[in-house]
Amino acid sequence: MNKTVIKALIPLVIFLSLVYLLYQGLGKDTRLLPSALINKPVPQFALPSLMTGKTINNDTLKGQMYLLNVWASWCPNCRVEHPMVTEFARQNIIPVYGLNYKDDNATAKAWLNQFGNPYTDILIDAEGLVGIDFGVYGAPETFLVDGDGMIRHKIVGELNPQNIQNELLPLIEKHKNTIK
Amino acid sequence: MANTVFAIDIHEFKTEQQRLDYQQLTEELRCLVCQNQNIADSDAGLAKDLRNEVAKMVQKDMSQTEITDYLVERYGDFVRYNPPMRADTLVLWFMPLLILLIAGFIVIRTIKKNANNTSNESNL
Repeated sequence: MNKTVIKALIPLVIFLSLVYLLYQGLGKDTRLLPSALINKPVPQFALPSLMTGKTINNDTLKGQMYLLNVWASWCPNCRVEHPMVTEFARQNIIPVYGLNYKDDNATAKAWLNQFGNPYTDILIDAEGLVGIDFGVYGAPETFLVDGDGMIRHKIVGELNPQNIQNELLPLIEKHKNTIK
Repeated sequence: MANTVFAIDIHEFKTEQQRLDYQQLTEELRCLVCQNQNIADSDAGLAKDLRNEVAKMVQKDMSQTEITDYLVERYGDFVRYNPPMRADTLVLWFMPLLILLIAGFIVIRTIKKNANNTSNESNL
């Protein structure tokens, strides 16, 4: 190849790199952010239970592997997700705890009465402050916490058969030995 | 006029420095719900909560770095509009400079070449 041909090809190469760059951005959901807390310990929390009023803190849940599902009655996608949470909890693989995020207790209870309560227990985070410690930026979000109290995974948005099958179940299997 | 800017939630600060810290921080922190706004401008519930948290930390005399670190720990680097300089962000920081240098080189070379051509022509 002589020099002129190479020179003529430069704009084409630049163009193709741009096409590649822009193409891979297409269809990417920019709302999905990686969690900064993966493989880090669960933040300290002490919150009242929506069912009993008793305080639930890190020690209460120690030794268990569990899902922490962030939900609220004001959140339409939580309603969409609800049958999936119910189905997952019914299989008794690991307990599912709810974090009732910036909600009103009475409305939250009414919501559970209407759609059913899949949760082992529910923590009330009325101010959303524990949510901030968990890096929550919307609902629903679901965290997988292992028996050592480490966050192993976070799902932003609804649970669905795909992310349960491909993301949660393999990680639950992998960290099973942390359950005490 | 700060009171009109933050009319939605007014925070009381002991010192002018604290007020400035608060203002700078909320302008540099990204709202995670509406991603193209900072938390000072956003009306989202989470932005309001984060503003309150920032105000509380400023009032506790935490430094800007400490407050930013606190939020990065929870939300990741994405929460910052001002990205840190680290090994994995070098490309981000120096790519524009690199492109400028390459472009500048090409421009200078082209100009020189043209100048030579013109001088050659005039010699003829």
